[in-house]
Amino acid sequence: MNLAEKILAGKAGRERVEPGEILEFEVDVVMMNDLTGPLAIESFREIAEKVWDPSRVVMVLDHQMPANSIEIARDHAMMRNFAREQGIENLFAEGVCHQVLAEKGFALPGLLILGADSHTCTQGAFGCFATGIGSSDLAAAMAEGKLWLRVPESVKIVLRGRLGRRVYPKDVILYLVGEIGADGATYRALEFHGEVVREMSVGGRMTLCNMGVEMGAKTALVPPDAKTLRYVRGRARFPFRVVRPDQEAEYAEEREYSLEGLEPMVACPPRVDRVRPVREVEGKEIDQAFLGSCTNGRTEDLLEAARILKGRKIHPRVRMLVVPSSRETYLEAARLGILEKLLKAGAILGPPGCGACMGSYIGVLAPGEVCVSSSNRNFRGRMGSPEAEIYLASPATVAASALTGRLTDPRDV
Amino acid sequence: MARVWVLGDNVSTDDIIPGRYLVKRDPEELGKHVFENLLPDFSSRVRKGDVIVAGRNFGCGSSREQAPLALKGAGVGAVIAESFARIFFRNAINQGLPVLICKGVSSSFSQGEEVEYDLGKGVVINVSRGIELRAEPLPDFLLSILRAGGLIPYLKAKRRDRL
Repeated sequence: MNLAEKILAGKAGRERVEPGEILEFEVDVVMMNDLTGPLAIESFREIAEKVWDPSRVVMVLDHQMPANSIEIARDHAMMRNFAREQGIENLFAEGVCHQVLAEKGFALPGLLILGADSHTCTQGAFGCFATGIGSSDLAAAMAEGKLWLRVPESVKIVLRGRLGRRVYPKDVILYLVGEIGADGATYRALEFHGEVVREMSVGGRMTLCNMGVEMGAKTALVPPDAKTLRYVRGRARFPFRVVRPDQEAEYAEEREYSLEGLEPMVACPPRVDRVRPVREVEGKEIDQAFLGSCTNGRTEDLLEAARILKGRKIHPRVRMLVVPSSRETYLEAARLGILEKLLKAGAILGPPGCGACMGSYIGVLAPGEVCVSSSNRNFRGRMGSPEAEIYLASPATVAASALTGRLTDPRDV
Repeated sequence: MARVWVLGDNVSTDDIIPGRYLVKRDPEELGKHVFENLLPDFSSRVRKGDVIVAGRNFGCGSSREQAPLALKGAGVGAVIAESFARIFFRNAINQGLPVLICKGVSSSFSQGEEVEYDLGKGVVINVSRGIELRAEPLPDFLLSILRAGGLIPYLKAKRRDRL
C-alpha cells in the first residue's frame, strides 16, 4: 500500500483499503479556525453535548486575530467559551493554524487529521493524512471521533535534481501547480518523493504540501524521515507510529520531474495554475508585497527576505507587510535579527496569523492595485477589491520585488 | 422546471462569497453577497429554485461552508457542473444543496434556459432545447443526507431514532 492507504487502513481497523472505498475512519485530531469554528460549534450543539475527546480538538484564532470587528470579536468569545465549557485546553491565538498545529506537536507521522481549513493538507509534510473539511463535517467528527471518507487514488510525484541559487520549495510547488493544473489532482492524494524533497527542510515540505489543494488534491504527503522525527521530538502530544509506503506500493499515476535549472516562478492572476517564470513577467509594477501565510511565513522564509533587504530600502511606492506565521517564528526571527533588518528596510510587521492572505483583515487591496504575495491563492477578490491583481511567488521574489517596486527575479538583486 | 445561470470554469469560493463576509452565518444575509465580485446583480435577479450550471472545478479554494450556505440563502436550487472541488462538493451535500457532476453540461446550456434534473437517476434535461444529458447519480446515502436537509438534520434524526 502507498502512504495514504496505509494510514487510512489503520484508521479503519482494516488489513488494507482500496481507492474508491467509502469507509468510516477514527480521527486523531480535529482542528477549527475562527472563520469555520463558530458555524461548526452551532452545528455541534444540535447533535451532541460533549466532544468525543477534548485533548484531540484544536481551536485556533488566526484569520482575524486580534479581532478587527465586533462580529469576529463575538465569534472569538464564543469559541473561547466553548473551549472552557468543553474542557478544550488547546485553544491558540498565536499564529496560523497549520503552523501552530505543527509547532504544538499535533502533526505527527501516521495520524489522521481533519481540519476545517482547506490548507490542512500542509500537515502531510509530517507523514500524516491531513485533509480539509467544512464546518458540518467538523461538528460530526467532534461529536463522534469518526468521519466517513472516500479512499483517494494516489499519485507518486518524484522530484529529481538540485534546486539552483534562490530557487525554493515555493518555486517547485508553483511549477507543479502550473504543470498539473488547478483541478489536475482533484480527489487524489499526492505522495512526494525524490532528492529534492529529501533535501528540503521540514518548513519547505510544508510549503510543498500546503498547495496540494490548489491542484484539487485531498491531501499531500511526504514519507517521514530523520528530519521529520527530529522536528517532532519533544513536541509530540500523542504516541505515534511511523508509517512508510511499501516498496511495491501501487499508484494511480507516477510522475517524475527534473528540477535542474528550475527558475523562480510566479502564478499570475486570477489563477493559481497560470504559472510562468518570473523573468517573463518581470517589470510589472507592484503596490504591495506580502510576506507571510501558512505557505511561507516561517523563519527560513523571513530569513531569505532579510538577506535580500539587509541594509537596503524597499521602493517608496511599495508597502511591504511581513506577518510571521506564529509566535515561535516571531521570537526566532527577532532573536536572529531578521525582524530588525526587515523593519529597517521599511517593512510593516503584523501580528502572527493569516495576515493579508484572505482580504478580511490587514493589507486589503484597492481597485487596480497589484500585490506580490508569498501566500497560496490569487483568485479574483481574494485580498480585497476584485479589480486588484495578486501574483504568487517565493519569499525571495516578494522581497526582491519590494526592493525594486516591480516583479523581480531574486537572482538579479 | 428551473432557470439556469451559466458560469465558467474554476469558480472559487472567493467568487461565491468573499472572505470579508464569513463572519456572517445567516443564509439570507450571506445570500445578499453571493457572486458579488463575479455577477454584481446576481442576488437581486436570482429567483428561488434557479440552477447554477458551471464548468470545471466549481467551488475551488477555501473550506468555507458559508459558500453553499450563501447559495442556498440566495435561493439557488442546485449546482450542476463538469466537476467540483471536493471540499465544496461535500459541504454542499452537508448543507442540503443538491450538486450534480455532469460532463458536457457547460456547453449544453445558455443563460436563462430551462432545466430539469433527477439526482438519484443522474439525468439533466435542457427543456428549452429538448436534450438529455447523463450525470453521475448520487449514491443513496448522500441522497438521504440531502433529503434530510443536510448532515446535521440527518444526524439529529438518526440520534432520535437511536433513543
